[in-house]
Amino acid sequence: MKVGIVCPYDWSAPGGVQVHVRDLAVALQRLGHEVSVLAPCDDDIDLPPYVVSAGGAVTLSYNGSKAKVAFGPVTTRRVRKWIRKGEFDVLHVHEPLSPSVSILSCWAARGPVVATWHSSMQRSRALAAMYPLAQTALEKVSARIAVSEAARQTLVEHMGGDAVLIPNGVDCSAFGGVDPLPGWPGEGHSLLFLGRIDEPRKGLQVLLEALPAIAERHPEVRLLVAGPGEVDEFRHALPAEVAARVEFLGLVSEEVKARAFVSADVYVAPNTGGESFGIVLLEAMASGTPVLASDIEAFRRVVDGGRAGATFVNEDPADLARVAVALLDDAEERARLGREGLLRAEEFDWETVAKRVVEVYDAVTVTGEKVSEDFRGQLVGRLSRFDRDERGE
Amino acid sequence: MDWLTEILIAAVVLGAVVVYLSSMAGRLDRLHHRIETTHAALDAQLLRRGAAVQDLASSGFLDPASSLLLSAASQETLVVDPDDDARRFLVESELTRTIGAVLDTREDVEEIQAEAGPDVGVADQLLSELAVACRRVELARRFHNDVVRSALQLRRKRVVRWFRLAGYTSMPTTADFDDTPPAGLAGR
Repeated sequence: MKVGIVCPYDWSAPGGVQVHVRDLAVALQRLGHEVSVLAPCDDDIDLPPYVVSAGGAVTLSYNGSKAKVAFGPVTTRRVRKWIRKGEFDVLHVHEPLSPSVSILSCWAARGPVVATWHSSMQRSRALAAMYPLAQTALEKVSARIAVSEAARQTLVEHMGGDAVLIPNGVDCSAFGGVDPLPGWPGEGHSLLFLGRIDEPRKGLQVLLEALPAIAERHPEVRLLVAGPGEVDEFRHALPAEVAARVEFLGLVSEEVKARAFVSADVYVAPNTGGESFGIVLLEAMASGTPVLASDIEAFRRVVDGGRAGATFVNEDPADLARVAVALLDDAEERARLGREGLLRAEEFDWETVAKRVVEVYDAVTVTGEKVSEDFRGQLVGRLSRFDRDERGE
Repeated sequence: MDWLTEILIAAVVLGAVVVYLSSMAGRLDRLHHRIETTHAALDAQLLRRGAAVQDLASSGFLDPASSLLLSAASQETLVVDPDDDARRFLVESELTRTIGAVLDTREDVEEIQAEAGPDVGVADQLLSELAVACRRVELARRFHNDVVRSALQLRRKRVVRWFRLAGYTSMPTTADFDDTPPAGLAGR
């Protein structure tokens, strides 16, 4: 199948949507589909062969955060040309309402259009004002996907209608099957934390507070901490008996991260909130490491209500210590959670996720109609066609 | 203001109204066309699911009672009058519930695999086909209802009603039936 994917944000800037589009494009190509990605980016940078530039992007603030987007007549022409030349079987637009190439391609195309919503939005006057405009773009969309429950809720509440929930993927093949870090997991038991050390929402303070209680039962217990932050400052602020049990790795590479996951008996995710999904949790599960997570909504969903991972009461160090001790006591339960976690992670493997997305493509392409340029009802579209005919393109 | 200016203004206003009305009619036309295709897609996916259920029921990997239940429920969906939406969606809901009852947990599925013995590959394929078919029904129904809702929203507008922009196209209706895929096949 020939798939055209539209990414609204600058390809070279870091961001969740860009990573998602890249991973999806790669996974689809592995499944044997032909993929072209249209994204704003400067023309002179090195792009993967499947990415087409929609022109340079400008930084604007939208929906509460800064985004690098592209719009205007030049971009519109590039979008139309890409759709015309692409002859796609299906057009997959990400964040269709972002004021960038996404909404432009919704207007410029007809035929099978799939849209994926990533972020959740607050009800705002701006959103209410753009509602009629958004509606004309949404009418073009044959199938809607949301990557998280929060994104789906936004859609249901603000725009009406529903969306299929297809979560972010994780590349399972990148985890497991590596050697632990030297000196780990060691003789006694070991725990792992991953994330910014000075970000309260990541919850390291909850875990550190629980550590003495865990050590009462397991005197040898050690904690491996991987994540950026002021390590020295942080270590000095800790009580001596806690600091002696903790090793800080600082910011780690993807490779070291994969090794860290297999260096511990239990991966602990004490995040206190603000997680919409929990990709790190899945990465730990893909490594075969049993996970212990706070019982926030997103995590409970990932561990399937406790079947594929243990949970403790959010922000409660005593409960964390209780469950952690029970897990460290019970090697059989750890092995079981490791196995269940691995199975669960495979449900979120990019290959599985991409197959789900292809099912959606199949559902909207049954009639065999291809994506084509839409001129109907659009004065601008008619003028641009006239313009092109004049130039004999 | 002389009469020429008045005529000019009137012409411009009239032109704007015509452009607006024609764009509205265009949007409606596009939606109605899409409703036809999504309805056809839903039809196709329901047939596919019925066939997948038949295949599984006649495979011999299930206990006789489950086979009979599945077979009977899928037969119902094949003989029902396709134009009688109310009746049709009722029997499709019944089929969904029957599949859900037979393949309720992962253990149910493991039992079928065990029963298949050396033919476990065939059983796996039948189960996967059914899982995919169930999910596709779910997708097709949702996509159909999304377009129908958009169309209804537009048709409620006064300008659409007053100028009869929808022509003689009948009011579209949503497809309401239970399409929950069986829990036992989750993750396939």
